[in-house]
Amino acid sequence: MTAVPETVDRENRLRAAQRFLVDNPVVVLVGILVLLFVLTDIVNRGETGEPFITWNQLSTTLLVAAPLGMIAAGQTLVMLTGGVDLSVSFTATAAAFAMSWQANNGTVEGIVAGLLVGLGIGLVNGIGVGIFSVNPLIMTLGTSSVTFGLLSIYAGRAFEKVVPDFVATLGSDRFFDYLPANLILWALVAAAIILGLRYTGYGRMLYAVGDNAVAARLAGVRVWQVLVAVYALCGLFSAFGGLLLVGFTNNPDLGLASPYLLQSVAAVVIGGTSIFGGWGSYSGTIVGVLILTVLGSLLTLLNAEEWQRQVIYGGIIIILTAIYARVSGSE
Amino acid sequence: MSAPAATASLEFRGAAPWRRNLRLHGWTIAVWLVLLAMVPYWRSLSEQNFKFDLQALAIDALPLCFAAMAQAIVVISGGIDLSIGSLMGVINVLAAREMVDMSFRQALAFSLVIIVLTMLASAFTGLLIVLTRIPDIVVTLGMLFVWQGVALWIMEIPGGGVPLEYSDLAIGDFRTSSIPNAALIVFGAWLLIWVPLRWLRPGLSLYAVGSNRSSAYLSGINVARTRVGAYFLAGLFTGLAGLALTASSGIGDPNSGTTYTLNSVAAVVLGGVSLLGGVGGLIGVIAAACVLTLSKIVLLLRGTDPNYANVYQGALIILVVVIGGLLTRKTRS
Repeated sequence: MTAVPETVDRENRLRAAQRFLVDNPVVVLVGILVLLFVLTDIVNRGETGEPFITWNQLSTTLLVAAPLGMIAAGQTLVMLTGGVDLSVSFTATAAAFAMSWQANNGTVEGIVAGLLVGLGIGLVNGIGVGIFSVNPLIMTLGTSSVTFGLLSIYAGRAFEKVVPDFVATLGSDRFFDYLPANLILWALVAAAIILGLRYTGYGRMLYAVGDNAVAARLAGVRVWQVLVAVYALCGLFSAFGGLLLVGFTNNPDLGLASPYLLQSVAAVVIGGTSIFGGWGSYSGTIVGVLILTVLGSLLTLLNAEEWQRQVIYGGIIIILTAIYARVSGSE
Repeated sequence: MSAPAATASLEFRGAAPWRRNLRLHGWTIAVWLVLLAMVPYWRSLSEQNFKFDLQALAIDALPLCFAAMAQAIVVISGGIDLSIGSLMGVINVLAAREMVDMSFRQALAFSLVIIVLTMLASAFTGLLIVLTRIPDIVVTLGMLFVWQGVALWIMEIPGGGVPLEYSDLAIGDFRTSSIPNAALIVFGAWLLIWVPLRWLRPGLSLYAVGSNRSSAYLSGINVARTRVGAYFLAGLFTGLAGLALTASSGIGDPNSGTTYTLNSVAAVVLGGVSLLGGVGGLIGVIAAACVLTLSKIVLLLRGTDPNYANVYQGALIILVVVIGGLLTRKTRS
């Protein structure tokens, strides 16, 4: 007789645990991140005899992760509305080019030019998706190919590519030996996004539109304005990411941000943001970004080739989406 | 008595047969008219003879025609396949690597093997979509990257080749006539594969599933099987597209397929297939693929920088999708 309440109790506890994990994917993700760190440490000790978990390596991981964190920030916002932005990588590259072109006139002009280019591309995406209801994938794929076409023309022209000291410092320097400069910018943006999503009306509207655009419209939300703004923001964050990247590499080239498209989508999906919209958070994305960065170090240690990375990231997107859909659907 | 009554009731609804036909096929006819209208302008720019020009068009348009036909089948079934371009890249490098030392007959036999493999690969994508219940867009986006990786694995830098006669299939003329082989192949595939299917059970269920999944299910159609079947059939045309790309370029390049994903979607929209599913046919899509190719050729003939031609074409594609979206929204509401 006593066995019955016990099993019910256990079932309840199991369900409560499952619900807790679904509501807080960050907890699981941090666990995975720590495991990955330890695994990389073991591999590194095996390959080179040195530990991977050192203050220096942790700080390097954050330094490398920050540009991806910026680009994935915009991607998170867009995916919360149920869309996806496939133009982030070329937007970032275009911003870096515009910056290094205009920086001949001054640092401020350069940075403003870069950010304006990002904002402009984002606005075009937003107008297509929000006003003309073009499928986001197709719209952003289209702007991406136009941007790349224009870039390949302007990249061929001779102009002095300047990376101002300020941008280089922001992208690659560390304060007090271990504190990356770009981490400060990233932390500010992260705080603004996390708090903004939670406490501002616009943040709540993003979730509402992603969950059910028709219901949001009937409730009085101007859905098209929300969408135009979110794609513009995504363009702006991608531009920030591009500036950090060029500050890190010190050399704008056409392939500057190319790997970041796939990684930004993967980071958001890993972070538990639903690809159908209406569900997720930027804190999850941040852990997703760190996981991908450590995974990248691990793959480099193992001498993985480019194609293996592509297959792994593509597989991660499909498998994790399937798992999240299954888990949240079983509620 | 009953037959006149039926006609009367039809007329009462205001659907005269010719008007119904115009509504159903008006878009397709319009696209063909646009294509025909472009021809004189194109001829006036070009200095070569017509036969040579036709050949050039056929070479450029053949892979896009097949890619767009594959995309159209998936879109009609209510999905979208973003992995078509990168799967074409895989076929391209695989074919070019293996065919470089083959005779013509061996190459033909190998093409059959490749087409079967592509159909299986594409059906696998469809199976993933049906089993995991993730939207088509997400799974095919993931597969886009997976296939890109596989293509890089097969061949890292451009190389390989095909037998001369094999290239001739795509770029040559039929016997001694001035009809390009490519045109014969496209219309042959359309007539032999699509036309019979479209009016038989599989085609009808394809349209039913695309226009309303629940109604299709309620009328006894196996929705899951139809959707996987759509990807399976699309795999056939993707295989043809990849082989056409290989035959016309004569070389394998892992990045050769990238532009075809977006261009195939554009051709599908321009060809009168609604992205919402269940509407349209392949014959309009063939014309649309030719219009897109011809617009690029015309730009190049006018002396535009090839890079700018890409930009214009990208902008044109966005414009087509925007206008197509506006029109479908109007007819829906």
